[in-house]
Amino acid sequence: MDPIKVLLANIDKPNSTSIDVYIDGGGYEAAKTALKMKPDEITQLVKDSELRGRGGAGFPTGGKWGFVPKNAPKPTYLLCNADESEPGTFKDRLLMEKDPHLLVEGMIISGFAIGSNPMSYIYIRGEFYYGAVVLEKALAEARERGFLGKNILGSGFDFDITVARGAGAYICGEETGLIESIEGHRGQPRVKPPFPAVIGAFGGPTVVQNVETLTCVPLIVKNGAEWFKSFGTPKNTGPKLYCVSGTIKKPGVYEFPMGINLKELINDHCGGVPEGRNLKAVIPGGASAPMLTPDEIDIPLNFDALMKAGSMLGSAGIIVLDDSVCIVDAVWRLAKFFAHESCGQCTPCREGTNWQESILDRIERGDGRASDPDLLLDMSDNIGGKSLCALGDAAIGPVISSVKKFRKEYEHHITQKSCLPETRRYRRLDAPVAAH
Amino acid sequence: MADLHPDNPYAPERFPHPNKRVEFPPEAKQKFDWILTRYPTKEAALLPTLHLAQEVWGWISPETVHYVGSLLNLSPATVFGVVSFYNMYNQKPVGKYHLQVCTNLSCMVNRAYDIYDHLCEKLSVKPGEITTDGKYTVTEVECLGSCGTAPVVQINNDYLENMSVEKMDAWIRSKSS
Repeated sequence: MDPIKVLLANIDKPNSTSIDVYIDGGGYEAAKTALKMKPDEITQLVKDSELRGRGGAGFPTGGKWGFVPKNAPKPTYLLCNADESEPGTFKDRLLMEKDPHLLVEGMIISGFAIGSNPMSYIYIRGEFYYGAVVLEKALAEARERGFLGKNILGSGFDFDITVARGAGAYICGEETGLIESIEGHRGQPRVKPPFPAVIGAFGGPTVVQNVETLTCVPLIVKNGAEWFKSFGTPKNTGPKLYCVSGTIKKPGVYEFPMGINLKELINDHCGGVPEGRNLKAVIPGGASAPMLTPDEIDIPLNFDALMKAGSMLGSAGIIVLDDSVCIVDAVWRLAKFFAHESCGQCTPCREGTNWQESILDRIERGDGRASDPDLLLDMSDNIGGKSLCALGDAAIGPVISSVKKFRKEYEHHITQKSCLPETRRYRRLDAPVAAH
Repeated sequence: MADLHPDNPYAPERFPHPNKRVEFPPEAKQKFDWILTRYPTKEAALLPTLHLAQEVWGWISPETVHYVGSLLNLSPATVFGVVSFYNMYNQKPVGKYHLQVCTNLSCMVNRAYDIYDHLCEKLSVKPGEITTDGKYTVTEVECLGSCGTAPVVQINNDYLENMSVEKMDAWIRSKSS
């Protein structure tokens, strides 16, 4: 399969962030078309395209819009989830920094379809300072040309966008955590139901969409649902950005029709793992996705195929690990991440993630006990499905899959008190501890 | 007076000037007024206001917590609850250059810990401390969303990508001349 340039069509143009370059390339035509349509027609078009959310869950976008009640007593909000904090994922940053107007246009059309009025927000993670600056400039240009503000393009539709910066919290990528954060609170997810489509930001119906999802919308309006479905396979449609990182020769963001074969992507397009090393494991969908072994990677990268294989496409953040990487060390690092990012609200996740981290650390230090692998599996069973939001389920993905698939390596650590001879540890165990 | 827990942000040594009042300079005040127009509630302006305060003072002091609370009709406890939840608000002063090394998986397997350990050693600081010349603070941070160009070090608002120990040394040399 050859790479395509659909979502990334503009990024290589000189001055690609400027509104003139965007308009010259046919930009904002889709918004003009959409504003002449009925909102329900746009929702139907998106439903027909079978677009599924690109943030991780793969929920059908048109379906989500259909849940928004008409004539709710409080204003409806469209929130763009640009929190992009899943380790291994860096596609939205590229879109925002290189082609911000595509996102703005996607938000105008989506906001019109769901009846968002009058303010919507792009919640961008605080670390993406440059991305926020690019977006602010793009919004100012769009306001100047009448694409945002009151009565945009004479349609009678009022719509504006504010860039809301996060402040460093993975959990704010969870949609209700994001809503709490927009409201000025600690980003602790809410109990659902009610779902955001009914009661979300500031008490109004709210739709939260990932950056990449929103950038698909103008393309669907411009080219039609059938065109969109010509990429990929039924139920897994459209162009898709894949982020490849880890021990790989050519890391980066790659665009393919949904469902490129994982093995082909790694070996043919990304150059494989460094010379003299062999592939050991692949995490296909960001840190939360259960890892795959080399004999499991002959698989199309789409929502359904990966789900069937016991993993997930998630945010399509593919982390490649070669045979120099100690699996226990790698999984410890992910466990440390989830322990750090647990919001502390519910017990299974708050306690479980920290416990996972310390058990993995003791195994790595040579203090592991023979019962530890089973203990890890047992605890995972008490976190997964029992926490308030998906972070608990995310945290156990790498742990369960690695214990099951690399059990021998765990046992080697426990009996021999060291890593496998061919692997190296990438951290110093005597590293200085942070001062408080 | 009973001993306060060392992590208590209101411990006397972290609150040296209890009567010192802080106030936004006019330009920041203007930005604050604009922020208020962008949200339907005053409380929602809390995160951007804290970002603004950190831009002005470099960290969120207990005085700032009180001040921001008074601007938004929020209790200091509510404001501090938010400050302590989010990673990016500095609860104590940091150096002029805040070197934030991502050590998450993709950066780790591209040797981010070598950079992190090297920086602490070279600048003779523990993570989180400020060098004696007030110039640098080194901290370990979670994924910065730039895994394709690992390892990544965020310095204040900028990303340095595809880093190495040598490149880090060259960067420090460029700042010490």
